[in-house]
Formats: sequence, structure tokens, C-alpha cells
Amino acid sequence: MALTETPMQAERARTIYEKSKPGRRAAVLPDTEVPETPLAELIPAELLRDEPPRLPEIAEPEIVRHYNKLSRRNFDLDSGFYPLGSCTMKHNPRLNERVAALPGHARLHPAQDPKRAQGALELMWLLQESLSEICGLPHVSLQPSAGSHGELAGLLLTRAYHADRGEERTKVLAPDTSHGTNPASVTMAGFEVVKVATNERGGVEMDDLRAKIDEDPGQVACLMLTNPNTLGLFDENIAEIAALIHDAGGTLYYDGANLNAVMGHSRPGDMGFDIVHVNLHKSFSQPHGGGGPGAGPIAVSERIEPFLPRPQVLRRENNGHGPVYDLDHERPKSIGRLRGFQGNFGVFVRSYAYILSLGGDGLAEASETAVLNANYLKARLAAGRAGERLPIAFDRHCMHEFVLSGKPMKKELGLATLDLAKRLLDFGFHPPTVYFPLLVEEALMIEPTETETKESLDGFAEAIEAILAEAEGDPEVAKQAPYTTPVRRLDEVKATRKPVVRQPL
Amino acid sequence: MLAAIGVDSVDELFAQIPEPLRLGRPLALPDGMSEAEVFERLAALAARNEDAERQVCFVGAGMYDHYVPAIVDAITQRSEFLTPYTPYQPEISQGGLQAMFEFQTAMSELTGLPVSNAGLYEGPSSVASAAYLAMAATKRRRFVVSRGLHPHSRETLATYAVGYGAEVVEVGLSGGETDAVALAAAIDGETAAVFLQSPNFLGAIERVEELGAAAKEHGALLIVACDPMTLGVLKPPGEQGADIALGEGQPLGNRLDFGGPSFGFFCATEEQIRRMPGRIAGETDDVDGRRGFVLALQTREQHIRREKATHNICTAQALNALGAMIHLAWLGRQGFRELGELLVRRTAYARERLAAVEGVELLHEAPVAREFAVSLDAPVDRVLDRCAERGIAAGYPLGREYPEFEDGLLVAITERRTKAQIDELADALGDAIAAERGEISVHRTAETPAGAA
Repeated sequence: MALTETPMQAERARTIYEKSKPGRRAAVLPDTEVPETPLAELIPAELLRDEPPRLPEIAEPEIVRHYNKLSRRNFDLDSGFYPLGSCTMKHNPRLNERVAALPGHARLHPAQDPKRAQGALELMWLLQESLSEICGLPHVSLQPSAGSHGELAGLLLTRAYHADRGEERTKVLAPDTSHGTNPASVTMAGFEVVKVATNERGGVEMDDLRAKIDEDPGQVACLMLTNPNTLGLFDENIAEIAALIHDAGGTLYYDGANLNAVMGHSRPGDMGFDIVHVNLHKSFSQPHGGGGPGAGPIAVSERIEPFLPRPQVLRRENNGHGPVYDLDHERPKSIGRLRGFQGNFGVFVRSYAYILSLGGDGLAEASETAVLNANYLKARLAAGRAGERLPIAFDRHCMHEFVLSGKPMKKELGLATLDLAKRLLDFGFHPPTVYFPLLVEEALMIEPTETETKESLDGFAEAIEAILAEAEGDPEVAKQAPYTTPVRRLDEVKATRKPVVRQPL
Repeated sequence: MLAAIGVDSVDELFAQIPEPLRLGRPLALPDGMSEAEVFERLAALAARNEDAERQVCFVGAGMYDHYVPAIVDAITQRSEFLTPYTPYQPEISQGGLQAMFEFQTAMSELTGLPVSNAGLYEGPSSVASAAYLAMAATKRRRFVVSRGLHPHSRETLATYAVGYGAEVVEVGLSGGETDAVALAAAIDGETAAVFLQSPNFLGAIERVEELGAAAKEHGALLIVACDPMTLGVLKPPGEQGADIALGEGQPLGNRLDFGGPSFGFFCATEEQIRRMPGRIAGETDDVDGRRGFVLALQTREQHIRREKATHNICTAQALNALGAMIHLAWLGRQGFRELGELLVRRTAYARERLAAVEGVELLHEAPVAREFAVSLDAPVDRVLDRCAERGIAAGYPLGREYPEFEDGLLVAITERRTKAQIDELADALGDAIAAERGEISVHRTAETPAGAA
């Protein structure tokens, strides 16, 4: 490969602090309008700061240029295919941004008296009703800020539910394919994780599950499951799994990261789950923002409802004058608050707009197309070189995503999954999720979503084929990739051993 | 596509879902709508909210009606920032990673602590996250919390503490400030952390250094929640002995949004860096020696460490933190200080102006920066209703969360609240209280039994 620098590579990264010049500024502030009393007369001098923080000093045009330049050093969903497994990188309709920015939403104070925020509370109520129907569970709290926050909520609800019955259970079961957030949430909620094995079909190994329950059924607090799971496979034994857990007295928690596969087709509540979190930034099109914001509402069964976080949105009939909405702060059995105010309302607006746009049929069709796209891409990658070098981990129809193993590629070509991922960057694609789930060696987890065309799926399959063909000739090309990105492979070990986490000033 | 898959219909792909678990009917949701119809529907809902464009907003309590400069929206709405995810592939995520690095630098400067993460969900849950860190750092399970800490933070901490198996002890206020004697008495050798907020929920600037001495003595971490907009003028927590400074980031570059999304900031001493929650961007080099940025210290995180992670957080608030960084760059070093001074001066004016109103008294005399508490000689909810009728959201009623201040009202100032608006607030409060007193006396007269005195 030619190693001439691209213009972007030649332009070395400079932070905004390095562009700062004393005396420059952007902001013009309003006049004080009131007496300019020296601050030390208003606040004891020892509580005042000596020097202002060293923020950049820079004019507005240069701020705009700086961040525009930075933006060009990012790859994004609007620029190309982003098949990051488990993340549901679907199109973000800009209508949702527009309605979220309406002053009635954007400038509404969270402590506004509920009677002067009826539209916002009604929107929250309507979103709750929609999620309740989609999940097949009667009650919803919108409060959790993200999926992992919903998981923590679900585990605290489980704890409260058992405590209410005079029980203290210590163990939470989770498959070895589970998202990393699951075990991390279990620990934060004060439980112990018990790993459950995966069978040859990619589902929960039933004998192992029975054995783990039978060890001490009275200690089983909960089973956390993703269905379809992180292999993109629907666990056919889910009804039996639910029965086993319920018989042992535990709750069943649904990690909703993969809900995009089953909307309008199958509902976690009908599968036997007690608690579900929904990632509004996945299935319901809230933009991912480079790592948030998101929201992780939870839907729960009747027996969990008394413990839902405070406050809850209430709806009351008002003697024929239409419904009135309020916030219920009482809830004596509630686990309490999980955060400030009512949750990520701006995300609720976007996701509700999305649900309205698609409607019930549209959501079902979105899941159908997501599953069709995943299976098509899986079929494309089962042919040619990919079929040989990157076999499917569990060979059956998948749901919305699938997992390939780069084990033969590594053995035969010396190319690790990481190398393939880095070479894909040169072809203009965001790589799939790599090295997850952990039980698949050299894993590649691919989720195309419903908003991709056949052409973009074909383009991705062709790029994989081309990279494998190239590697048969000279594997070094991929092993040194990428070449065209703003920077090339970065030394992540250095960043961890000797962390530099701020600009020295 | 079906032919390539080798099936006749999409239904065959769903056959892996056992028949009894298939919904078998359409979702009971309305049919899809056109973009124009969805807009109208949402606009109609929005129109039923009295937002800060329709009411002059003196409500704070952690979230404030600041002016967010236009460039914040212009930049955060760019596809390149709006639509990617967490920068797992750093070579194509340098923009977002560098912005995180710049943000961390800014928050570190504001708080006076060397290490910042790239942001957490929001304020109160960041308090609970700090408690988790403190347990790991001290191997203790007892938290001492000032009643001046935001009630939502205290309640969130209590919720999480049940999972942590930890005890939370609350210390009361005296004259608007944390009771120093009671605080020192509450801290012992089992205390993992002491939580203060400055300015506290009642607006009072706490003497953090003095209060924190007992924490230091017993080896507990000192954790200080703060309002970032005051840090241009107030002594930063890092210079007052704080081990962790955190808080609600909304005042920086984020809208009110009825409570979110915003972000929480989280800064700490070097000693805590490997126990930090959340993403942290770090500087490094690429294979050719070019400067670049990556997610540093990922071995703390759930996707690597699973049940042994320092926190469960994955998706956080990257875009909101970017908004904060742009706002801070726009304000700049001088502008940020001037804004802080403006807030302090207008707040001092408003406090004096309101205290002169018949029926209004200061709830405490402690120094304040941008928010202060008063007590009203009339039912607070009725006074608020009367002010609302004049187009003023007069403040945050304290009664529900502080029953001891049933007649208390918390009033917040931003650079959007002009002198004229403050004068109007004073008049509105005066009129409302007078009217309520009139009605109360009329009411009482009417209730007086015939023949009595």
C-alpha cells in the first residue's frame, strides 16, 4: 500500500485549547442592569475563586471551524453502513429532531406544575401505553436513562418484590452470551451472577439451567435473558425457561436490546417475562449521539408494578372534561427514584414521534425487514470466500442479527477479526461488533437493520469478499490497515498504561 | 432476497418463534401517519405546556433556563456528531473522541480536579455512582449525606444503596447551611463518603473545606455536588479538598427538555482514575506517530470486565457533553467568569428586592450565588398559581421535599432574567400574598361563629 499521507492525516490533531489566544472571545453577554457590587462584598472572599478556569479564548468563527473539522474526523450512520451488532443503527428521522426542539418541549422546566405541563405528561402517558402494547406488559416506567439503567432498575425491582414477600434471594442467572451490562448490573444491585451455558442451537442449555436452579431454588432471584439472544437467535424453549424460573419463585428479566427483531410479532410479556427494558435509542430511532443520549424505559407485569420508581405518570378522568395527567410521588412500595425529575423527556418525544410515524403495522414491518435484511446478508456471506473463512457460528435462520466466526480466517490467512474490521474502514464501512459474544471465537456480530437497502448489503458483502481475496494474496495489507482514516491504528495500551485524559495547559 | 435466503416468505424466518408466542394480530396502535400529521400531533401536545417562552421562569432546583447559543444546535445537529455510536473504532471516531478529551479538560478546569470522565446520565444518578466508587475505594458501606444535597440526589442514592447493601445517614441544615457539628458527629471510621452540595439545594454556598475536615480525618471520601455555572466565580471543589466533584450538567449547553436528556459530570483525584465510572477519552499515538485519541482504561468497563466492572454504564450522554463543551468554548475564559458575576449580582439584587416585599422573608441569610430561598406569608401553591396567571413561574416550592419549610420558595436567576422581570416578580409576589391574606382574612371572618368575640 502507498503510504503517502492523506490531507486529513497530514493535518495533525490540535485541541481547541491549542488554538486559544488570550483576549479572544465569542460570547457577548447581557448588561448586568443591577449594581456592579464587588463580588467580595456579596460572597466571603475565601469562597471565591482566584483565577477563572482556563477555558479556551477563541472567536465564534474559529469555534465553528474547529468543530466542523472534528466532525469530518468522525464516521457516522448518515455517511454509510453501520452494522454494529446489538446497537440497532437504524436511520434517525429528522422530523423527530424538529418536534423535540419545539419550545413547548425544549424549554419546559421539569419542575413545572403538572397542570401546566399537561401536553408533556400526556405524551409520556401515550408513550407508556404504546410500549406496554409492544412489550405485552401492563405497566411502564419511563425513568431509566439507558438500557443498563433499566437493568439496574429491574434488579432493584426484583429485590423489592422478593423482600415484600419476606425473602432475600442472592443469585441472578444469565447466559454466557449476555451483554456485559447484565453481569455489571447484577453486581451493582448486590446480587451474584450465575452463568448459564449455551446449547448447540445457540439457546439456553436447559440441563445446565435446571442444574443451576436445582442447586438452590430458593436463592434464584432472577434470570436475565435477551431474546432473540446476542447470537440473533430466538430461544425456542422460552416458555419452558419461564416456567422453570417462575416455579423456582424468581423473576424473568428481558434485555430489550434486541427488541427490534420482534416488534408486532412476539411480545416479551407473552413469553413470560416480568420486566423488560426498551432501548429507545435502538428500536425507537433516538439518534445515538456518539454514545448517548438514550433512554431505557421498563415495562413490568402486575406483580412488579407496586415497586416501580417514583414519580409515575397518572391519568384521571375529570368528570367528563377529558383526562387530567399528574405525577404520583406517593407509591409506598416504590423502590424510589433512579435519577432526577421524570427521565429523558426529549428522547420520549423523538421515540413517540417515531411510533406515530410507523404505526402498529409499520413497526411490525420494520421488524420483518430487519429480519429479512439480516438473513439476506447472512446468505450473501455464506457464499464465496466468506462462507469458508467466516462461517456462521450457529447455522439456522437468524432474527435481526447474526454472528460469524473468524477462526478459520485467522488460522488459514493469519488475519484476525480485528484486522478484517480495520480493513473495512478503508472500504467506507463501520465494522460489525467484534469479539462479542465471548463464546464465539473471533466473533463478528452483524446487525444491518431495516433501513438499509439491498444495494448497501451487497456492497458490504462484496467488500468482505474483496478483503478476503486480497488477504489470500498478501495478508499484510489488512494487518496494517487502515490506511485512509484520519489516523491509523492507535496504541490503546499506551492510553491505558499512562493515561493522558486532559489537555495540559 | 428471499431466493438468496432460500425461503418463500418472510414468515418462514419467523417460524423459529413458537406458534403460541406469536402475537397473531396487529399491534393495537394507531396506523402510521405522514410526517406533516405527526408534526401537527406533536405540536398540539407541545402547545399544552407552559414553557419558558410563555412564562418568565424563575424555577431552578438543578435545571435552569439559560440561553443556549445558536452554534450549540448547529454543531450538535451535524450528522457526524448526531448519528454515530460509542467510538469503539477510534480510527473513524477521532472527532467525537477529541471532543470528549476537550470536554474532560474543561470539566477538570471547572472543578479543579485532574481527572474527568466523558459524562454520565445526569446529576442525581452520578451521586449514586460516586457512592459505588467510594465503597470500592474504602471497602466501607456507610454514607453521610447533607440535607442540602438535592432531594432527588438523596432519594436516588437511597434507591441504589439498597442494592449496594449500604447505609445512608442524613445530616440536617442550620441557617441554610449544613450543620457542621452534626456532620462531624455523624462521620466515623466506617464512613465511606461524605456528600455535600455547594451551592446547596437552598442556594447557600457551603464552607466545603471546613465541613470536609471530618471526612479527611476518618479516611472517608469527600464528594461535592456543584452547579457548573457558578464555577467561574466560586472556589472549585478541588481546591477545597474534594475527592470527587460532580453534578448536573444541564446549565451548560443543554435545554430544559422537561428534565432530560442532559448529562452528569464526574471529576476526581488521580488516585480514583481506575475506579471511575463511564467512558474516558485518552491521548495516544497511531502507528506512524500521529496524535490520536481512544477510549482509555476500558478494562474498568462492563463490556470487558462484566461483573467486576466499576459500573454498568454503557450508553451515556456524549452529545449532551459536546453541547456543554461548545457552550463553554463560546463563553470562553472571560465570558464564563462574567456570566458567573452577572448571576451573583442579579441574584443579590433579586434577593434584596424580594426580601423587601411585604409577606416575603429570606429563609436563610447564608451567601448565595444564583438561587435563594424565601418564605412566604401565604400558601405557596396559591401564590404560585396567582403568579402563573401573570405569566410568571415564580419558583420551586420547597414544601413536599422539605416539610420544615412548608412556606418556602426557591428562586433561581439566569442571564435571561432581566432586572425588569425581577421587579415584576417582586410585584407579582407582593400582590399575590396580599390577595391571599385578604382572602384568608375574609375566609376567617366568614367562618367566625356568630356571637363569638
